[in-house]
Amino acid sequence: MYNKNNTLFIYCIFYFAFLYIPVLLLPIFSFNDSFHMVFPLKGFTFDWYIQMWNKSRLHQALFNSIKVGIIASVVSTFIALFAAKAFTRYKVKFHGLSYGAILLPFIIPEIIIAVALIVIWTSMGLKLGLIPVTISHILFCTPFCMLILISRMEGFDKSLEEASMDLGENSFWTFWRVTFPLLLPGIIASLLLAFVISFDEFILAFFLSSSDQTLPIYMWSQLRFPKKFPHILALGAIIIIVTSLIVMTAYWLRNLGQGKKKDFSIGI
Amino acid sequence: MSTKNYIKIKNLSKSFGDVEVLKNINLEVEEGEFFSLLGPSGCGKTTLLRILAGFEYPSEGEVFFDDANVTSLPPNLRPSNMVFQNYAIFPHINVQRNIEFGLRKENLSKAEMGERVENALKMVQLEGYENRYSNQLSGGQRQRIALARALVKQPKVLLLDEPLGALDKKLREEMQIELRNLQKSLGITFIFVTHDQEEAMTMSDRIAVMDEGNILQVSPPREIYHNPKNKFVSQFIGNINILDADLKNVSSESISISVDGFGLMTLKNHQKIIEGDRFNIAIRPEEINISKVSDPNHDCNFNGKVKNISFYGESTYFYIQLDNSEKILMVSTNESKETFSESDNCFVNFNSQNLKIIKD
Amino acid sequence: MSSTIQNIYFRSDQAKAYTLLSPALILVIFAMAAPMIVMIFTSFNTQISMIEIDRTFTTGRYEDFFSKPIFSMLLFRSVKISFFVTLLTLLTTYPLAYYIAFYVKKNKMLWIVLMTLPFWTSYLLRVFSWRVILGNKGVINSALMGTGMIDEPLGFLLYNQAAVIITLSHAWAAFAILPLYVSLDKIDKSLLEASYDLGNTKFETFWRVTFPLSLPGVIGAILIIFIPTVGDYVTPQLVGGTDGRMLSNMIQSLFGRANNFPLGAASAVLMLTTVCLIAALVTYITKKVSMRMS
Repeated sequence: MYNKNNTLFIYCIFYFAFLYIPVLLLPIFSFNDSFHMVFPLKGFTFDWYIQMWNKSRLHQALFNSIKVGIIASVVSTFIALFAAKAFTRYKVKFHGLSYGAILLPFIIPEIIIAVALIVIWTSMGLKLGLIPVTISHILFCTPFCMLILISRMEGFDKSLEEASMDLGENSFWTFWRVTFPLLLPGIIASLLLAFVISFDEFILAFFLSSSDQTLPIYMWSQLRFPKKFPHILALGAIIIIVTSLIVMTAYWLRNLGQGKKKDFSIGI
Repeated sequence: MSTKNYIKIKNLSKSFGDVEVLKNINLEVEEGEFFSLLGPSGCGKTTLLRILAGFEYPSEGEVFFDDANVTSLPPNLRPSNMVFQNYAIFPHINVQRNIEFGLRKENLSKAEMGERVENALKMVQLEGYENRYSNQLSGGQRQRIALARALVKQPKVLLLDEPLGALDKKLREEMQIELRNLQKSLGITFIFVTHDQEEAMTMSDRIAVMDEGNILQVSPPREIYHNPKNKFVSQFIGNINILDADLKNVSSESISISVDGFGLMTLKNHQKIIEGDRFNIAIRPEEINISKVSDPNHDCNFNGKVKNISFYGESTYFYIQLDNSEKILMVSTNESKETFSESDNCFVNFNSQNLKIIKD
Repeated sequence: MSSTIQNIYFRSDQAKAYTLLSPALILVIFAMAAPMIVMIFTSFNTQISMIEIDRTFTTGRYEDFFSKPIFSMLLFRSVKISFFVTLLTLLTTYPLAYYIAFYVKKNKMLWIVLMTLPFWTSYLLRVFSWRVILGNKGVINSALMGTGMIDEPLGFLLYNQAAVIITLSHAWAAFAILPLYVSLDKIDKSLLEASYDLGNTKFETFWRVTFPLSLPGVIGAILIIFIPTVGDYVTPQLVGGTDGRMLSNMIQSLFGRANNFPLGAASAVLMLTTVCLIAALVTYITKKVSMRMS
């Protein structure tokens, strides 16, 4: 009955093009020997990549982003791991309320969280910088990690943990011998995706980073100058390729050992 | 074999929120006994088993293993092991490491460990499966590995949560005999949860029939079959004809009753019926005979008409409409000396001593 | 005594569950709830100099907000743009999700990965890329002029609300594809066969069975796209021009050059209130509709 539908298939191809052309334009122009992003392409060059290599502010921004990304992904994965265990293994009272509260930072407009944090931070007389950025990224990544880990935990039966207890292991060893190895692909996926989110995050960093630029803020500061943005294109091309690889690894890990049950409900 | 009561359950109740799933359970299980908890789904049998394992804690009451109070002991410290309904074979480690899982603390040498695993696999007839993973095993094989993994711990009590439920009929029957033999040779107490009455009957030393959080009867299989204590037990175990009866006259020796379809009868008062008791009369289908003519060997003979015939191979069931009642009687026979067709007239005959009095 | 307490703790699932939840709840309370409360307080204050805020209570910022038409206009425009973004995204991604759910037999996973992969690549660069595509010297104009179809670049492509809507719809596509796909894929195929069997055409089956059953996904997509896009900053800033400016751009300037934290806070509070009201309305209508359907 649902064998073929050519009209829909052609539509899908067009939509694919719509999705990918804006993403792929940047890598293409990153090799173009011109300051302007116009067709036809002028000539092939590696100049922008070399230029990028020599920007010390870019190095600092990259380092900041990696630092914030690692801390945010590790901390939010840890917090999310506990929360996911609570929601999947216990009948939590006020389940809806606590679940909603933890997911909220992921839904409400980031600019509101940014405003709230900048207001409280400055009213406490603290200096803006990477610390509030990291805190805001942990807040923003935790719901995401929690959804990934919940779906991973739902993928294996509670009785596996019970079997371990029954065979003489206490909660601690049950976690290390059963729960953790079974969750590991999910945990790594959560770390990778949280890192990508934090690495790419703009608005919270824009409000809270002050002079400690992260990579998106650095790019933003360069976009206004036409002479400068070819090297941003080179940087963008690298970011696109690296994040795609990370994300594909994370996708693959998420479904590892899940058997036939593939769950995309939060597979973003 | 000693007849010491190894497990004692005293005044145990369990509620989940407002729902009381176990109501004041008292139970004693002997050492080395094959004991079944039998009942329909939702009767509380699995909860009771999980309380014995330590996965749930009773709301009230106490559990003793060998006279030691284990009520709040976590599962890892109990001398019992469990075979899970879905077997719970760890998918991330192979069969060998699954079986070794519970032996970590015993500080065995590699050779001893290997020997224990080998013996366990031999016991469940799966030698050579050490390196397989859960997804490379069939349902029956998983079930055996789960059994081996629990038994290698040499538990005092083995708890089995419907372990045969997922297997097909043929395999299930084989496993029933195997489990029973294993239990006899090891002498371990088995607590076996099932909703399958045949399974419970063929394997158990004693059966506890449960319904709605209560234990209705604890008896050996024959006793349960022939002397069910109440209507639920009689209907849950095997087939039975239940008939309404009005009490006409009662003494300590006998009762006179008017039975729907059979008329006035006098029976021995084994159940100590007194005036005002609610009860039914029941008879198993195989205790009734069907014949073309009235049979003087039985003291009760009634006319009827064959409505339906179900042929099961080893037995045939006749559904017979009694002439002077709405009641349809179930009659089973394994002989086919006389052939009947549907809507034939017939006689049903039985001995009144086989009629059971069953309280509500 | 302590062993009884330990026992009670050991037996109490609630205690264990909330111990596990506490880091997440503490995070939400201290990094979101508390700052929001301070934000609400600040919205009733007055900025008196570059760094000084007068903490006496006043509703003055809200009066400012409503007395200057630009603010309400920007709030209204933000909601309007989000509405069209949500609508456009749903309309364009539904057929896609439908195709993957019902027609793709092998490698569904691959399709989903491909459809969501662009979402992960730098948001900033994707939005920027649209400026390059739509700009005067951009891809479309240079291509059209190169082929001689036009002599002057088409100015209406960039710096307007339509550009913002298209760009946002591209950026948020993954958030519609996934919930739609999940709800469509869950539909038992035998229900559709039953519908044909009972005499419905393909089209009728879609409206009477498939679409109603995919509503949870539609609602999910609406909420998850509409709410965050109301507060989007990057897209209007890069491709919106004056015509596409949204409330977020105003809020940002109040925390930047304009340096009026209390008014910025008041604007954020009003944005949040609006979003909450609309989300509540959507949920309420959904409940009503699903109650009537069952």
